[in-house]
Amino acid sequence: MNFHAIKAIYKFELNRTRRTLTQSIASPVLSTSLYFIVFGSAIGSRMMDIDGVSYAAFIVPGLILLTVLVESINNAAFSIYMPRFNGTIYELLAAPISAFEIVIAYVGAAATKSVVLGLIILLTARLFVDFSIVYPLWMLAFLVLISITFCLFGFILGVWADGFERLQVVPSMVVMPLTFLGGSFYSISMLPEAWQTIALFNPVVYLVNGFRWSFYGVSDVNAAFSLGMIVLFMLICLTVIWWIFKTGYKIKV
Amino acid sequence: MTDESIISISNLSKRYPSGFQALDNINLTIKRGEIFALLGPNGAGKTSLISILCGLVNPGPGELKVGGLDVIKDYRAVRKMIGLVPQEIAISMFETVWATVNLTRGLYGKKPDDAYLEKLLRSLSLWEKKDNKLMTLSGGMKRRVLIAKALSHQPQILFLDEPTAGVDVELRRDMWKMIRELRNDGVTIILTTHYIEEAEDMADRVGVINKGRIVLVEEKAELMKKLGKRQLVLELPAPLMSLPEGIQIEGLTLSRDGNKLTYSYDTHNSSGDIGQVIRTLYEHGIEFRDLHTSQSSLEDIFVSLVSANDAHTATATGELQ
Repeated sequence: MNFHAIKAIYKFELNRTRRTLTQSIASPVLSTSLYFIVFGSAIGSRMMDIDGVSYAAFIVPGLILLTVLVESINNAAFSIYMPRFNGTIYELLAAPISAFEIVIAYVGAAATKSVVLGLIILLTARLFVDFSIVYPLWMLAFLVLISITFCLFGFILGVWADGFERLQVVPSMVVMPLTFLGGSFYSISMLPEAWQTIALFNPVVYLVNGFRWSFYGVSDVNAAFSLGMIVLFMLICLTVIWWIFKTGYKIKV
Repeated sequence: MTDESIISISNLSKRYPSGFQALDNINLTIKRGEIFALLGPNGAGKTSLISILCGLVNPGPGELKVGGLDVIKDYRAVRKMIGLVPQEIAISMFETVWATVNLTRGLYGKKPDDAYLEKLLRSLSLWEKKDNKLMTLSGGMKRRVLIAKALSHQPQILFLDEPTAGVDVELRRDMWKMIRELRNDGVTIILTTHYIEEAEDMADRVGVINKGRIVLVEEKAELMKKLGKRQLVLELPAPLMSLPEGIQIEGLTLSRDGNKLTYSYDTHNSSGDIGQVIRTLYEHGIEFRDLHTSQSSLEDIFVSLVSANDAHTATATGELQ
C-alpha cells in the first residue's frame, strides 16, 4: 500500500479546498441557510407538523442532503476531471500507485469535504430551527456513507465528462430534481397514492428517509432498507470504477 | 556507463484502438548510466514508446523489463525507478512550485524531504519561486518545474520527452549541463528530441525510430564514423568547363558554375586520401585559391537514414502490391 501517495493526494485536495473556501463552504452554507429562513422559519411556521415533527425541523435532514449530494458529486468529479483536463493525469498513471489507492485518496478527500460541509450546515440549521437528533451516531454513519457513495458517483462522472458542461449536467439536471422530489420538503405519504408508488423509484427517497430517521426516529420507508439501498448504490459505483481502471476507459489507451 | 542493461524491450508492438500501428516489433536495450537519444520524425513512435515504459499507455504484445522487472507485474518497483518529463507542459496552474513538487514526491511513495527538495529547486534556479503559483511562471520556468517534479523522487532512470522544445538558448544549455551532471551521478537518461545537435552534443548512444520501427541503434561516435561523410571543397581561381579526361577520382565533382571542385569521402574509408587527390589535380594543371573541409552532422545522418528507410518501405509496399 502506497500510504505516502494517498496522503499526498488527500493533502493536495484539501489544500485546494482551503484556497477556495468561499466557493467550497461559504456559498453552499449560505444558500442552504436561506432555505432554512424561507421554508423553515417563514413558511414553516404556518405549516402543520408532519409525523409529530415541526415542518421547519422536518426539512432539515433533506436540506442537508440536498447540499451534501450535489457537493459530493461536484467535489469528486472536479478533482479527477481537472487532472484529465490539464494533462497532469500523467503523474497518476506514471506513479507507483494502484487504482484502489487513487480512489481512496480522491474520494476520501472529497467525502471529507462533504461531511465537514454537512456538519457545518447542521450547526447553522440549529441557529434557525429547534430540533434534536435521536440517533446521532446513525446520523453520522448515514452522512459519511452517503458522502462516500456520491463522491464515488462523482468520480465516475469526472472520468466520463468531456467538458465542464457535462460535469454540471448530472448534479443540476438529475440529482437536484430527484432530491426535491425525493421527500426533502414533504413526506411521501402526503402524495396521492399513484405518486407515492412512483416516488419509491426515486433512489433519493431512501437516502432522505434513512437520514431523517436518524434525526427523529420517523421515516416513510424502513431505515434498514434505506441503508441497504445506499450500500447497493455504493457497490454499483465501486463496480463501475473497477471497470474504468480495468479497461482504462477515458484514462489510458 | 556500464554494459549492464537497465531497460530491455523485446518484440514490442502497439496498435491504438484507432488502428494506428504506433510500434512495430521493437527490440531495444538501454544501458545503465548512459544518455540514450531516441530520434525520429513526428509520429515515429518515440512518445508511444516512452509512454508505455512509464505506464501512461497500455503495452501491446512483447516484453518490457526495467531493472530486470516486468513493467506490468512489478509496476510499483518499476515506476519508482522512473522519472518522466513530458513533452507538453502539464501542470496545475493554481498550485505553488513547492506544493506540486511535494505532491509528486509523495505519489512515488517517498517521505517528505524538505532538504532534498530545497537542493533540487536551487539547482534548477527555482528556489526563489517556490511559493509562486505555477501560472505566474514563464514557459522556461514551467519546464524547469516539470524537471524538478520528475527528479523529486530521486529516480534511477529519467525520460526526457522533447525537454528543450520551445525554450531559449540559455535555458537549453543549462538543461544540457544538468543532464550531464545527472548522468555523472549515475542516472540513466533517455532523451527524445527534435534538436539533433542536442543528441549530437550529449548522447552516448543514438537510436533512430521511424514508422514504429527501430531503424538503427549505435554508439554516437561509431555512428558518426560509420555514416558520417566528409567533404573537401576547392575554390578555383578560374572556372573550369569540365574535369580533364585523365582525372579518375571517385567522389570528385565540379560545381555547375565551374568555380568549385568538391571531393566527398567516407570518414571510415581509407581511400579518402586528400593528399593524393590534390597531387592528381596539380598533375593535371588544376590549381586552387582556397580550400576547406566539412563533416556531416548527426542531423545529416538522421535525415539520410530516415529518407532511406522511407524509400525502402515504399519499395517494399510497392512490391507487395
